[in-house]
Amino acid sequence: MSAATPRTGAARRTRRRPGLVLGLVSIAVSSVVFLVPFVFIVLTSLKTRQEASLLEFAWPSEIVFFENIVTVFENNDFELIRAFTNSAILTVAAVTIMVVLAAMVGYVLQRRTSRWNGFINFLVLAGLIIPPAVVPTVTVMQEIGIYRTMFGLIAIHVAFGLSFCILLFRAFVASIPRELDEAATLDGAGPMRLFFRVIFPLLRSVIVTVIVVQAVTVFNDFTYALYFLPGQDNATVQLTLYNYQSQGLNQWNLLFTNVLLITIPPLIMYIFFNRQIVAGMTSGAVKG
Amino acid sequence: MTLLRKSLADRGAGAPARRRMKSQYPMWFYIPAAIFFVGLFLVPTFASFYYSLTRWTLFETEFIGLANFEQFFQEPALVQGFTNTFIYAFVTSALKVVIGLALGVLLTSNIVGRGYLRAVVFFPVLVSTVGVGVTFRVLMDPQDGLINESLALIGISGPGWLTDPSLALLSVAFVDVWKGVGLATLIYIAGIVAIPQEYFEAARVDGAGRWNNFRHIILPLARPATVTVVILSLIGGLRSFDLIWAMTRGGPGFTSDVIASVIYKQYQAGFFGLSTAGNVVLFVVVAAIVVPLSFWLNRKEVDA
Repeated sequence: MSAATPRTGAARRTRRRPGLVLGLVSIAVSSVVFLVPFVFIVLTSLKTRQEASLLEFAWPSEIVFFENIVTVFENNDFELIRAFTNSAILTVAAVTIMVVLAAMVGYVLQRRTSRWNGFINFLVLAGLIIPPAVVPTVTVMQEIGIYRTMFGLIAIHVAFGLSFCILLFRAFVASIPRELDEAATLDGAGPMRLFFRVIFPLLRSVIVTVIVVQAVTVFNDFTYALYFLPGQDNATVQLTLYNYQSQGLNQWNLLFTNVLLITIPPLIMYIFFNRQIVAGMTSGAVKG
Repeated sequence: MTLLRKSLADRGAGAPARRRMKSQYPMWFYIPAAIFFVGLFLVPTFASFYYSLTRWTLFETEFIGLANFEQFFQEPALVQGFTNTFIYAFVTSALKVVIGLALGVLLTSNIVGRGYLRAVVFFPVLVSTVGVGVTFRVLMDPQDGLINESLALIGISGPGWLTDPSLALLSVAFVDVWKGVGLATLIYIAGIVAIPQEYFEAARVDGAGRWNNFRHIILPLARPATVTVVILSLIGGLRSFDLIWAMTRGGPGFTSDVIASVIYKQYQAGFFGLSTAGNVVLFVVVAAIVVPLSFWLNRKEVDA
């Protein structure tokens, strides 16, 4: 990314002026467009119920942030704590399964040429493009008894997220020299040991990328939870927000405290894994 | 390299023959992933073709041929969802390409605060869609919303963004762009940065200005990025559900319904056959647009 930065001194000197003005204008515009909504969320979560109902973009006269957080957590018999637990279990389990299974597929798909390759590649792309059919999926889940269960939702995320992961793994495995496989084989490693002891550790950087991108996706998912794990008992954090909204009460301060709380995990991910997120989400931009 | 590989293999001939017969890349590595994929994705997708031809309630299924599809294309509310899907996908994709490209060029140039700008533009991508939807529903409130209050300050009386039937769908589409343009920008940044510096140096020798740089170097050479942005936003836009549901639930009336929200509404109402027919329609729409388009875009790239 830094490849674009170096320029000759002359160019830099002539460009500094417009760069400064343009930069300041862009900072101002982008702050209004992109930051104001977030500031609004924070401001409203600081307010009392009466003040929040005015929906004003103003500093609160009385800050009740802590009380709001306590109320949000206590609401509906500690629903939000259960929801955070559920979302954590869901995210960790789904992403772990996805990473291991997709790495196995991506590895064999890249290494082994068989007449199945074309077909499997087709399925991977189909998984990226085709929208899942809601009712038949519910029926299948009912048949095998995983509808409305946490495992069911985990399995759904694995099934729908595999394609993206496989594409990333397949591309990365191509950069690992085959000689390594052969050397390990000569040392007597079987397929399992070759993959899990030799190849899998080498995938580390792409594994981090896949984990971060998929963790954010699964954590933020609303649609699949709404379809396949409805009900208040095992709500995920995204559904708590939805429940708040449909209660129809004018408790904007609590609603936005809730929004703020569920925005924190992705924010932390972004701060620590900025580079991996960018790498994962832009893969394919260069090669097409 | 091949020679080396051969000699290595020959040396391995001392190992038991059985080992060399068996591949080091066993097919069964596919099986665990295939269980999830086939069971929860392929089977339901194939089943949807059959169920879309039935009247299907909680208790029974009855084969009724294409009646669901006839209903889908006759009932005004459902037809509107169908056309809205195209409008929504087209508007969001077009805006993401244009704004994403502009921001990509801006954020690869030498400007102040580039890191800050990239972070600010990208962060909404990671925020929960429902959270964004809820927030903008408040900001777009016709009387008390921040947007209309700000417009009132400069003497404009803002419209009812989400309550005006002719505007609701577009308002949601704008929020979709607000949330998603950071990803398009990042993809463009990656594409522009990958352009070899020699092109820009050669252009400078030829005395090309900024516009010529953009028109004759960045635009054609960032083409893979454009293809990625177009395909990703079309897939996302055509399938879009959660933002619309969080902001308008398809209202007012059916004016901001799309196929995906129709599918959910019919499912909730217990019309499983009709809902599944909606799924098949959506499948056909997505495939019929995305597959030929990606072939076409990628082929032209090879020609160029």
